[in-house]
Amino acid sequence: MLRAVIAGFVAILAGFRTTFGYLFVKKPTIAYPSIKKQHAPRFHGLHELRRYADGKERCIGCELCQIACPANAIVVVGAENTPADRRSPGERYAARYEIDELRCIFCGLCEEACPTDAIVLTPRFEMSDYRRGSFVYAKDRLLVPPQGGVGSAPDERPNGIPADLGAVAQQKSTVDIATGYDATWYGRALKTERRGLAG
Amino acid sequence: MNAVPLWLIVVIKSAIVLFVVITTFAYSMLFERKVMAWMQLRPGPNRVGPWGLLQPAADAAKMLFKEDLTPKTADPVIYRLAPFIALFAAMGTFAIIPFSESPAGVWSVGDVNAGILFVFALTSIGVYGISLAGWASGSKFPLLGSVRATAQMISYELSMTMSVVGVLILAGTTSLVGIVHAQYRLWFFIPQLVGFGIYLITAVAETNRAPFDLVEAETELVGGFHTEYSGLRFGLFFIAEYMNMITVSCIATLLFLGGWNAPFGLTFIPGIVWFLIKGGLFLFFYIWLRATLPRFRYDRLMAFGWKVLLPVATLNLMATAAVIAAVR
Repeated sequence: MLRAVIAGFVAILAGFRTTFGYLFVKKPTIAYPSIKKQHAPRFHGLHELRRYADGKERCIGCELCQIACPANAIVVVGAENTPADRRSPGERYAARYEIDELRCIFCGLCEEACPTDAIVLTPRFEMSDYRRGSFVYAKDRLLVPPQGGVGSAPDERPNGIPADLGAVAQQKSTVDIATGYDATWYGRALKTERRGLAG
Repeated sequence: MNAVPLWLIVVIKSAIVLFVVITTFAYSMLFERKVMAWMQLRPGPNRVGPWGLLQPAADAAKMLFKEDLTPKTADPVIYRLAPFIALFAAMGTFAIIPFSESPAGVWSVGDVNAGILFVFALTSIGVYGISLAGWASGSKFPLLGSVRATAQMISYELSMTMSVVGVLILAGTTSLVGIVHAQYRLWFFIPQLVGFGIYLITAVAETNRAPFDLVEAETELVGGFHTEYSGLRFGLFFIAEYMNMITVSCIATLLFLGGWNAPFGLTFIPGIVWFLIKGGLFLFFYIWLRATLPRFRYDRLMAFGWKVLLPVATLNLMATAAVIAAVR
């Protein structure tokens, strides 16, 4: 009886010690809108249609991405290039290229299917909107604008981050840019846990 | 002394105490949310003002502008009256709590010579606020909550009073100022360690806080006695709960921790600071408790109150009385 009471007290005190210990553990929360988390280098986010250095579109309208897409999220309608209006180096270009980002499962099969590395997945992930129609991205939003450079494939990005998204994260984030992950809070919490178990 | 009439002094004192206490309430709420959050690996409120310091103001504005609903089945008069009873009882105790002392006199609105009895009388009235609220809501969860409140608060109040009587025997007075003066040499939590422990436990039960928050018990009773309340009326219950928390912290400081007496002869620090530090420690303890222990099961709560706390409190009281009688 007495032993049970003492054991109960000890258990309660151990609980108090645990909660008090967590008071001073660094919190894992990232204050999202002001601080963005660094993603893994190959993060699958919003799509991008790339260009060649001379400004021509990489997409040749072959529709392989449309066939590869497991979610039927892509629609490509090809058209012939003419000498007067040359959009891409090949014979054809994509007259219509639409991706429904609500259907998309961000698997990256389109990226793998593409013979010219035209369609790539960028680490951009902030695409919330108010209407469903807004999630159908056409060429006006997918294609790199004429003055916006060529776009980059994941292999060509040093940290897997395009400059316009990476700026905030690299300035204010506490994460390790090289590895992309901040495991320190977890490690510390784990250490506290072990201490509590040992004591 | 001078031409200022007595009633004016009382009004001014009341206004100051009310202002201080309400500010303390607001920030104890923020303090609780922050500490709980830190203990649960969260940052806590940090959006309104620096470090979330304006969060209480935002909460107050939200409460004020929310719709005040009354259920069709509710008893309209008692339903509206109940939050005010709870708040009146919670605020009333601050009329007699002495916060400190200076050569000019005691820092309290009114120094009542039966102060501790006054406090217990008022907290007993506070039970009415909660049980009437649940009864008048006219639906089942509030009713269950109020039935629990009545049973719980009555059974724990008994042990609480018993634990305090030991202090009264030691001090030989029921005046709160007198009790603090009696602790000038030795704080009563040392000779009354058992009574102190019982007071700590019963005080949590009295204020209906975790792990004794059976009265609200979100997981089983939605919101317990205040399920139907919304807007400002809910806010009044909220204020009453935190005020009760501050009250029991103040009483614990006065009865067991020597009130504004300085420890280790550190008398150059004013008494009010010591009072606030000790009271703050109690507040922190209650928050810590809430973040640590899960809620009791109801039958165990009653069994613990009647079969453990009450016998121990009674034995403690008898032992104290016997020792005092033997010494004198």
